[in-house]
Amino acid sequence: MAIAIAVIVLALGSVLFFFLSPWKLTPLASNWGTIDDTIHVTIWVTGAVFVAVNLFLAFAIIRYRYHKQRRSHYDPENKRLEAWLAGLTTIGIAALLAPGLLVWGAFVSVPEDAHEVEVVGQQWHWSYRFPGEDGRFGAVQTRLIGPDNPFGLVGDAAGRDDVLIQSPRLVLPVDRPVKMVLRSKDVLHNFQVANFRAKMDMVPGQVTYFWLTPTETGEFEVSCAELCGIAHFAMRGRVDVVEPAAFDDWLAEQPTHAELAAREPGDPEAGEAHFASCAACHGSEGQGNPDQNAPRLAGLEPWYLERQLELFRAGARGTHEDDTFGQQMRPFATQLPDRQAIADLAAYLQTLPDEPVEASLSGDAKRGARLYRTCGSCHGAEGQGIRATNAPRLAGMHDWYLARQLRHFREGIRGRHPQDLYGHQMVDMAQVLVDDRAVDDVVAHINTLAGSGEE
Amino acid sequence: MAERGHDSASYAAASDIEEMELVHPKTFIGKYIWSQDAKVIAIQYAITATAIGLVALVLSILIRLQLGFPNAFSLVDPSNYLQYVTMHGMIMVVYLLTALLLGGFGNYLIPLMCGARDMVFPYLNMLSYWFYLASVLILVASFFVPGGPSGGGWTLYPPQVISQGTPGVDGGILLMLVSLSVFIIGFTMGGLNYVVTVLQARTRGMTLMRLPLTVWGIFMATVMALLAFPALLVAVLMTICDLLLGTSFFMPEMQTLGEQSSHEGGSPLLFQHLFWFFGHPEVYIVALPAFGIVSDLLATHARKNIFGYRMMVWAIIIIGVLSFIVWAHHMFVSGMNPYFGFLFATTTLIIAVPTAIKVYNWVLTLWRGNIHLSVPMLFAIGFLFTFVNGGLSGLFLGNVTVDVPLSDTYFVVGHFHMVMAVAPILVIFGAIYHWYPKVTGRMLDDRLGKVHFWVTFLGTYVIYFPMHFMGFAGVPRRYYAYGETAFIPDSVVTMNSVITVAAIIVSLAQVLFLFNLAWSYFRGRESGPNPWQATTLEWQTEHTPPRHGNFGDELPVVHRWAYDYSVPGAERDFIPQTVPHEGEERR
Repeated sequence: MAIAIAVIVLALGSVLFFFLSPWKLTPLASNWGTIDDTIHVTIWVTGAVFVAVNLFLAFAIIRYRYHKQRRSHYDPENKRLEAWLAGLTTIGIAALLAPGLLVWGAFVSVPEDAHEVEVVGQQWHWSYRFPGEDGRFGAVQTRLIGPDNPFGLVGDAAGRDDVLIQSPRLVLPVDRPVKMVLRSKDVLHNFQVANFRAKMDMVPGQVTYFWLTPTETGEFEVSCAELCGIAHFAMRGRVDVVEPAAFDDWLAEQPTHAELAAREPGDPEAGEAHFASCAACHGSEGQGNPDQNAPRLAGLEPWYLERQLELFRAGARGTHEDDTFGQQMRPFATQLPDRQAIADLAAYLQTLPDEPVEASLSGDAKRGARLYRTCGSCHGAEGQGIRATNAPRLAGMHDWYLARQLRHFREGIRGRHPQDLYGHQMVDMAQVLVDDRAVDDVVAHINTLAGSGEE
Repeated sequence: MAERGHDSASYAAASDIEEMELVHPKTFIGKYIWSQDAKVIAIQYAITATAIGLVALVLSILIRLQLGFPNAFSLVDPSNYLQYVTMHGMIMVVYLLTALLLGGFGNYLIPLMCGARDMVFPYLNMLSYWFYLASVLILVASFFVPGGPSGGGWTLYPPQVISQGTPGVDGGILLMLVSLSVFIIGFTMGGLNYVVTVLQARTRGMTLMRLPLTVWGIFMATVMALLAFPALLVAVLMTICDLLLGTSFFMPEMQTLGEQSSHEGGSPLLFQHLFWFFGHPEVYIVALPAFGIVSDLLATHARKNIFGYRMMVWAIIIIGVLSFIVWAHHMFVSGMNPYFGFLFATTTLIIAVPTAIKVYNWVLTLWRGNIHLSVPMLFAIGFLFTFVNGGLSGLFLGNVTVDVPLSDTYFVVGHFHMVMAVAPILVIFGAIYHWYPKVTGRMLDDRLGKVHFWVTFLGTYVIYFPMHFMGFAGVPRRYYAYGETAFIPDSVVTMNSVITVAAIIVSLAQVLFLFNLAWSYFRGRESGPNPWQATTLEWQTEHTPPRHGNFGDELPVVHRWAYDYSVPGAERDFIPQTVPHEGEERR
């Protein structure tokens, strides 16, 4: 008896759970309402069958439960009943399949007026490319990918005006069909925006695609939906859907391949002039000063320095109310007039000597080594920093500074600003360090590393 | 008594079954270690599979602790997490379910239910187990090599699985691939045995259409496994070549963490096609034995013939055949040519028809029966409920359009655990409660069994049902942590904690079950030869437990189908298969 009641309660409870559950489809933000409709048809049909079969099951259990006097009916088959059931099931299945296939027909037919965006996946980062004014993507080759050519463009004419977006943030115009052209530099990834419904794997060695029309403006989170290694869960990005005019403005600000190639490299001599105001806290050799809470700058990669200065300048760092020292840094960063000044300064810092620093914290380096496995995936086994993963050098940096930043990441004091998408990733990763002791341990291990930094 | 169409062979044809020569060992080691007796081999399989299954159970608890209470315990880092997920999946699917259902139940039940003395190739059968044990030990060894076991996912997708930076790429992955190869070689030895035994060694009168559905399910699953595992074997061997010899079957040109790889031109999708050509039939390799067994549990404990026996047999065969042409429904968003979606969605939904028919027939078997709510029956009902749920959620994922937003979310996790983990496991438990008396001569304790059932049945529903809704909300699977993802509400975090607590409780109930197995072996009530009053041959043996050779001096002769329960006019409510029809001479 209890089992019959359990079947009834579970069957009806499941239906109730469906209505009361706080977890519904995310608000739709694309043209794929038809996918939602198919889901809803499937929910209603399967839900009805689920309840009907289980209630019948429960009824049979109650009605025909064991009784001494009862004898089962001898009933080997009933061809008519079996044919009816098979027929009805076939009709039900066809009713589910037909709308599914119709919608799939639309899914595989990209509208002719769709514009194109290429999404490039790599461990654990998104970047994007627009075809530029000629409407054609330049050819690419995986072996050409490098620090100066992150997209691997071969340099043909079609590629010169390709607009390259290195940040994981993509902007799309509302109400305009877009074909998402997908490729990967390394392993499988999957570009998923839950609100868009459509998604597709990105496969190294081939190009895949799907299409959609964004129908709502707003910010949407990109998450990777195909296992891609240990930071899979932290491979995030953002799509901002905006009005067409705002999109055109944004796109015009983004550099083309030709513009990036023509950029002047940083000029150390010009940078030296800017460094004067930095030296007061960070030291004349950029060696850092614990008393001023100023970290070491010498030995850090130029791309990392540039990114952080841009973040300070834009207010994406040094604006959190609990980030006292960051707040002190911010006014100095805003004094730098433009991108070129930042590049010059970063270039100058490369000329400063790479002297070893003294350890100031005591942690358990052995325990830290185990924790560091996670960090090493991006920052390198020797803490040397890896450009491809956008992870700066850690080895040879001040341990008190590393520990403070790790705590800030863990608590969301650093890295939570919507523009600091790499910082966002660090917030996720820093959760691995469950307490202050773990932070000290991992930093103690970093103290033992000898990585000297890529250029 | 009127003859029925389903059982038209009213006499047992004189047959040329030769007596087998069995090797009767004298020593303990010969009887229980290097045994060629299918029943002992079955127990060896079952114990090994249970042991490695417990490892996978512990891994699942570690996974759940991280998901339910993120970073509260510093037990699991992102590498461990992927390693545990990978090993949990691989062990459960291949080393537990496949081995236990085919190697365990297959070995024990096929010869007994067919009326054979043993498997037709006993020596090969013994080798099959030792290969299996070796494969398990190789897999376990990967926990102890530098870098630990593989964390590339149980699906072994390249390039991830063998690219630098993946956990276990230093040794764990090679051990896993070698272990799988050994497993498949061992399985082939066993599998050929099961098929040949069913086809060639049935006793007199045991026509194919008189076989119990348990044998039909295991037989069809074995045929499928013999056809499907080779696809996995070649995929595994090619991956080993890519890993060790620098070939590029599956590895394209790529840059991992800024380093240019030496591979070029391979196709990751080729691997996925090979894998799922194995992987989808594998679902039914696990499901069909469960389908067969549950049919016999329902019939015996409801004292009623299985409804629509012939339809049930044909459904098993049709499902088996169709399952080879649906594999790419695992790849709707893999980047394969999207036009395949039309074909594979259609074949996938077609397979729902024979599956639904099986469900109807199970429920109709209970209808107008006399249902004993024994522990095996409870598990069988638990299976029906769970399988209906898991089967219906399959209609979401099989329908290509619906799959797109749901793939790689917790909907998938909920679906496949419901249909491929909980459903067959409930049947396995029911089957153990059902056949334990035959294996040991003693009954399992009823009260412990009921507690075990209720905790497992209700607990697993609490674990897996809400996951479907998390999937609707877009919660991605194989994530170590969710951080502050915009579209994931806090209630998901709360639910994850609830699920983890439920998972721990369900795991503890399994300890109770193991205790019951051990305790009842010594203290259980004596069962006698046929405690459930069942019709099939294994309950009619001279000795309980059956000795080597299964039957007495003469093999039994079969006169009727396996489901003569509550035959009108008969004195008792079951007639064993060995009893001749009225007016027919016993031969």
